[in-house]
Amino acid sequence: MIRYAYIIPFLPLLSFFINIAVGKRLPRKGDWLCLGTIAVALAMSIGIFYEVFGAYDPNFRYHVVFPWITVGDRALLNTGILIDNLTAVMLLVVTIVSTLVHLFSIGYMHGDPRYSRYFAYLSIFSFSMLGLVLAESFLFIYIFWELVGLSSYLLIGFWFEKKSASDAGKKAFIVNRVGDFGFLVGILIIYATCGVLGYDQVFLAIGEGKLSGTLLTLAGIGVFCGAIGKSAQFPLHVWLPDAMEGPTPVSALIHAATMVAAGVYLVGRVYPMFTPDAFLVIAYFGLITLFLTASIALAQNDIKKVLAYSTCSQLGYMVMGLGVGGYTAGLAHLTTHAAFKACLFLGSGSVIHAVHSQDIQEMGGLRKKMPITFVTFLIATLAISGVPGFSGFYSKDMILGAALEFGMKSANPLHMIFFIGALFTAGLTAFYMFRLVILTFFGPPRDHHKYDHAHESPANMWVPLVILAGLSFSFWYSGWFGTLVQKPTSVANLAAISAPAKVATMEHAAVMAPAPHGEAEKTPHAAAPPVRGEVHGEAPATHGGARDEASHDAHIAHTAHTYAMYSSVAVGTLGIFLAFVVYSFGWINPDRVMNALKPLHTFLQNKWYFDELYEATVISGSKALSRGLYWFDLHVVDGLVNLTAQIGVFVSFLVGKFDDYVVDGAVNGLASATTGSGSVLRRLQTGKLYHYVFVLAGGALIIFLIKAF
Amino acid sequence: MTLDKLLVIAAALFCCGLYTVMTRRNAVAVLMGVELILNATNINFVAFSFFLNRMMGGQIFAVFVIVLAAAEAAVALAIFLRMFSTTGTVEVDSADQLKG
Repeated sequence: MIRYAYIIPFLPLLSFFINIAVGKRLPRKGDWLCLGTIAVALAMSIGIFYEVFGAYDPNFRYHVVFPWITVGDRALLNTGILIDNLTAVMLLVVTIVSTLVHLFSIGYMHGDPRYSRYFAYLSIFSFSMLGLVLAESFLFIYIFWELVGLSSYLLIGFWFEKKSASDAGKKAFIVNRVGDFGFLVGILIIYATCGVLGYDQVFLAIGEGKLSGTLLTLAGIGVFCGAIGKSAQFPLHVWLPDAMEGPTPVSALIHAATMVAAGVYLVGRVYPMFTPDAFLVIAYFGLITLFLTASIALAQNDIKKVLAYSTCSQLGYMVMGLGVGGYTAGLAHLTTHAAFKACLFLGSGSVIHAVHSQDIQEMGGLRKKMPITFVTFLIATLAISGVPGFSGFYSKDMILGAALEFGMKSANPLHMIFFIGALFTAGLTAFYMFRLVILTFFGPPRDHHKYDHAHESPANMWVPLVILAGLSFSFWYSGWFGTLVQKPTSVANLAAISAPAKVATMEHAAVMAPAPHGEAEKTPHAAAPPVRGEVHGEAPATHGGARDEASHDAHIAHTAHTYAMYSSVAVGTLGIFLAFVVYSFGWINPDRVMNALKPLHTFLQNKWYFDELYEATVISGSKALSRGLYWFDLHVVDGLVNLTAQIGVFVSFLVGKFDDYVVDGAVNGLASATTGSGSVLRRLQTGKLYHYVFVLAGGALIIFLIKAF
Repeated sequence: MTLDKLLVIAAALFCCGLYTVMTRRNAVAVLMGVELILNATNINFVAFSFFLNRMMGGQIFAVFVIVLAAAEAAVALAIFLRMFSTTGTVEVDSADQLKG
C-alpha cells in the first residue's frame, strides 16, 4: 500500500477538477464524488498506517525521490514523498477529519446555491494538505503551503456576499503572506548556503557545517515564521478568529484540525535544524500565544470565536511544547487536538444549525433538545480541559511535563515561566470551555423562541460527532505514539557536541545524522554556540560518567512529568469547578465580577485591541505609504510619462511638417512637372497630317544630309 | 537614257508627290500624291534593276507595289466614302476627333 502513497493527494485533486467543471450537472451536485475520493484516500491512509504501525519501528522511513529539474546529469530540484511515522499519523488525521467534515457538510450545506463549488473547494484543500504532509523537501512543502493558504482563502470567503466573510478571507490570506515571507526567506537562506532543498539533504549539509551559527538560527526562525502565520501564533493570530466567517465545517477542517496544524507539523518536520536559540524563540512565541488567546477566549460570547481562540491557545501549547524540547508532546497534542477540536467545531456547527445563532447568551438548556451533540461536545470539552482518561490530558500533560523539565534543567530560573504560564492557562482553558458548555447546554433556555425551534441534527451530522468524540479518549494514543514519534537528533547541535559525547550519541543519531563524526570533529568551531544539550540534544559528556548524567536526567524527567500530571489535574479540576460555581450554581454572579473588573473585561472582549493596534500601526502605516507612493506616482512618474508624451508630440509635429512640405512637396513637384511638360509637349501632336509628313520629310532630309557629309 | 536621268525623274516625281501630300487638304488629292510617291519608287526599282544587275527582281517588285497601291487606293477610297457619309467632308484637317 505504501508504494501507492503518491496517489493519495491526487484523488481529491481529481474530484476538484470534475466538480469545479461539471459539478452542477452531476446527480446530487457531485458531493458523493468528493466524499468518495476522500474516503478512498482515508482507506489508503489506514492501509499505510497499518503497514507503518505493523513495522513498529521509531526509525521507519519510506523515502522516494524523483529528479524534477535536472541540469545535465545533476538533479537540481527533486520531488518525491517521505513517509515516516509522523507522516503516517498526519495522513490519518487529515483524511479522517476531512472525510467526516465532508460527511457533515452534506447536511450542513444542504440547499446552498454554490453547493458543488463548496465540495470542490474542500477537495482542493484536501489535496493541498495531503501534499503538504507527504512533501519531502522545503520547496514542495512551500508550494503546498501556499495552496493550503489559497484554499483557506476560498473557503473562508465562501459566503462572499457577506462583506465580513470576504474581508475575513482577505485578512487570512494577507496575514498568512506575512508569515510566508519569513518562511521563504528561511528557505532561501537554506538554499543559498546548502544548495539543496530536500529535508535529508539539508540536514546532511547542516551536519557538515555548511550552515551554522547565527545564520542557522535565522533560517530556523524564518521557517518558524511560516508556522507563526499558518498556525495563528502571536502576533499573527488575528486572522484565525475572523476566519470563523466561513462555513462551520470548514472551521472544523481547516481552522481547527488540519491547516493550522500545518505550522506545528512544519516545526516538527524540520525539527533537527533548529538551534537552541531558535527553540527558545519558538517556545516564547508559543507561551505568549497560549496565554494571550486563552485570556481573550474568557470574554467572548460567540460560540465559534471562543473555539477559535481556544484553537490559537492549543496551537500555542503545541508550539511551546516543541520549543521546550517536547517533540513527542507537541505532535501528540496536534493529533489529539485535531480530533477533539474538530468534534467541538462540528458540534458548534450542529448547534448553530439548530438555533440559527452563534451567540451563547441566546442559548442555554440545549442538552435536552440535542442530546447527541451535547454528549459529544461534553466529551471533547473534557478532553481539551485535560481531564484524565481523555486524549487532551495525555498530550497536554506531556507538554506540561516537557515545560517543567525544561525549566528544572535550565540554568536560567526565568525558564520556569513556560511551565507556570502553561499550567495557569490550562486552568483558564478548563474554565472558559466549561463556561461555553454551561451557557450553551445547561441551565434554563434564555431565548425561548430559538430554543423551541432547536432540534437534533440528522444522522450524517451526528455520526461524525460520535466518531470524533470516540477518538477523544486517551487510550487511542497512549503507548504507541510516544514510541513511534520520537525526537530526531538535532543536526544543529551535532557539530557542537564534544567528541566523546558524540561517540556516545552516535547510536541514536545514526539515522537522522548521517554525517561522519570525523568530519564533525574537524569543524568544531563552525558550530552553533555551546548547546543546552540537556534539553535539545543528547546529554553532553562531562568529565564524569555520562551514564550518571543520563540517569540523573531521566530522574528529573520522571519527577517533572509526575509533578506536571498532578498539577495539571488539579488546575483543570479547579477551572471546571470555578466555571460551575460561576455559571451554573450561581454562587458568584458573573455580571458582578464583570462589572468589578470592567476595564479588564473590556480589554479582553476587545481581544487586547490587537486589531485596533494593527489598524493604527501597520495598516495605517501601509495606507500612508500607499498614499505617498500614489503622490509620487501621480506627480513624478506620471510627470515623466507626460513629459515623454509631450516630447513625442513635439517631435511628431516636426516630422509632420517635414512630411507635409518636403516629402509631399517632392511628390507634388514631380506631379506638376509632369503635368507642365505634358501640356507643353502636347502641342507637338497637332493632328494635322501634313505637319507629320513635313516632320517626316524634314527628318529624312536631315538624316540624308548627315550621311552625305 | 542613263540611270542618272531616270533617278532625277523619279526624284522630281517624288517631290511632286510629297508636295501634294503636304499641301493638299482634300483626302483624295493626298491619296493621289501618295500614288505619285509610290510610282517614283517604282521608277527607281525598275531603273536600278535594269542598269545594275538585270535579274528582273526590281521589275517584279514594282508589279507588287502597283498591286499594293491598287489595294491601298481601294481601302482608302472606302474610308473616304464612310468619312464623307458621316461628316459631309473629306478634308483631312477635319478628321481630328481622336486628338487629345
